[in-house]
Amino acid sequence: MKVRFRGQRFYLREIGVAWLCLAPALGLAVVFVFIPLVQVFFLSFTNWDLLRATKNWIGIKNYEYIFKDPKFLQSIWNTLYFAGVKIPLDLVLSLFIAVMLDRKIKGLRFYRASYFAPVVIPVVAASLIWVWLFDPGLGPFNQILGLFGISPIRWLHDPASSMLSIILFSLWKGLGYDIVIFLAGLQGIPPTYSEAASIDGAGQWKIFFKITLPLLSPVIFFVILMGIINSFKIFTEISVMTPKGGPLYSTGVIVFYIYQQAFENYRIGRAAAASVILFLMILAITTVQRKLGRKFVDYE
Amino acid sequence: MRKHWWVYAILSIGLIAMLFPFLWMVLSAFKTNADVYVYPPKWFPSQWNFDNFKRVFEMVPFALYYFNSLLVTVLVTYGQLIVSILAAFALSRLNFPFKNTIFIIVVSTMLMPFVVTMIPVFLIVSSFKWIDTYQGLVIPALFSGFSIIFLRQFFISIPQDLQDAAMIDGCGFFRILFQVILPNAKPAIATITLFNFLGEWRNYLWPLIVTNTTKMRTLPVGLRYLMTEGGGEYHLMMAASLMAILPVLLVYIFSEKQFIKSVTFTGLKT
Repeated sequence: MKVRFRGQRFYLREIGVAWLCLAPALGLAVVFVFIPLVQVFFLSFTNWDLLRATKNWIGIKNYEYIFKDPKFLQSIWNTLYFAGVKIPLDLVLSLFIAVMLDRKIKGLRFYRASYFAPVVIPVVAASLIWVWLFDPGLGPFNQILGLFGISPIRWLHDPASSMLSIILFSLWKGLGYDIVIFLAGLQGIPPTYSEAASIDGAGQWKIFFKITLPLLSPVIFFVILMGIINSFKIFTEISVMTPKGGPLYSTGVIVFYIYQQAFENYRIGRAAAASVILFLMILAITTVQRKLGRKFVDYE
Repeated sequence: MRKHWWVYAILSIGLIAMLFPFLWMVLSAFKTNADVYVYPPKWFPSQWNFDNFKRVFEMVPFALYYFNSLLVTVLVTYGQLIVSILAAFALSRLNFPFKNTIFIIVVSTMLMPFVVTMIPVFLIVSSFKWIDTYQGLVIPALFSGFSIIFLRQFFISIPQDLQDAAMIDGCGFFRILFQVILPNAKPAIATITLFNFLGEWRNYLWPLIVTNTTKMRTLPVGLRYLMTEGGGEYHLMMAASLMAILPVLLVYIFSEKQFIKSVTFTGLKT
């Protein structure tokens, strides 16, 4: 049987099958994504406290509170610091290694597989290894530095180096992923471009900066965007390596702050307000990237 | 071929840096207490003792953690796959009113990361009395906008002619899904299964929030508490980490090509 809807003809049976197929996904999305999203806004205006069982409308007081809370402000700074240091380092290192792997070297598969290995293992297990590696007295890192005459670093135990230690870990953990992405991007560039440039007398550096890099720009853009969004979601390694947010809260990131407010202090309202701020930040980044993407990325 | 000795040199230094933590873990899982608490650190165990593995099982219900992780991972991976395949099928191969609206709604869920909504999700799950249960661990993880969109993009690329021919032969919509679409979408399904399996095996934040007794903990949560509650004995943590990493690492070593393919497949297409 056919029905007409807005000038289009549909089969009634097909409509039925389609909604049957969509029902589980949409049902789950409503209960576990959309209702929670509306609720998080609503909760951020209440003083819901799981311990005292209060739940009153208090307007924007939670926002006033968190923006005066030095820990929240620091958690925003810590998150930005993590992203700001990690992403450029990751980009340069992974691109550099990918370019070298792209030089038709022997044992490519072995190298690529080894660089990728940290990506596949669970973050918690990897973090536990690194807690020991970083140990100022019992760990091998300071011992190795000592061989080069570098005095011991207190790694996770010093506010000056704790976040950098987390960044070092994240680089190790995630580098392989970006290398594989870049390598695929590089292998997708037809060799005719660089051959033509080479015949015209362009040197290796010139070919890299004038041909390879612009052709790779969509991939670079993708890696940066994923890097930023993942940085805003970072939690696991922080929670395992610095269970209290590090010395002087130097590794307390936004998600860590939300987790503490909600599940250690039971302040649902304040945690919800921080979640809303996190949501708006992620939304802003995504919007900006789409605008920038149209402007700067060279899609041939 | 030209001699790029410096390329090999740099790549090998990087390689050592990448593999060193694994080496440290394996060597240290066999160390004794005396090997660990000395200065300067010893790299090799004085003797290969397997006691650490035994002690992990004595200190915490490690076998139970393993079982929980495996059960939850399998249920989430395959449950999510079924939900996503059905939705992707409707969004790619069927015609119905508001198709585009639904598509946009599904895409928009990708802008709402779990870390933003986790508090209300926790409250909803607790209102269902699902805290500290398998339902609580599994059901909220069954929807994934990414899985649906990824499969839809792949399903759409399967030629319409195949579907039309099957319909002329009198195939119903579900037979088209099972006999035309799914057999042609094997690489996409393999990719998403691998991804979800890995993602769920390492999942930490949600199991941390939703479980509160030892018996419901999954491996990542159990490992974390082994550190804070188990006195933080390094060599025991290495033995436990090794046991948690080993299955993933073995699968990786034997199907490394599939992993790499999956990354480029999902990474470049999103």
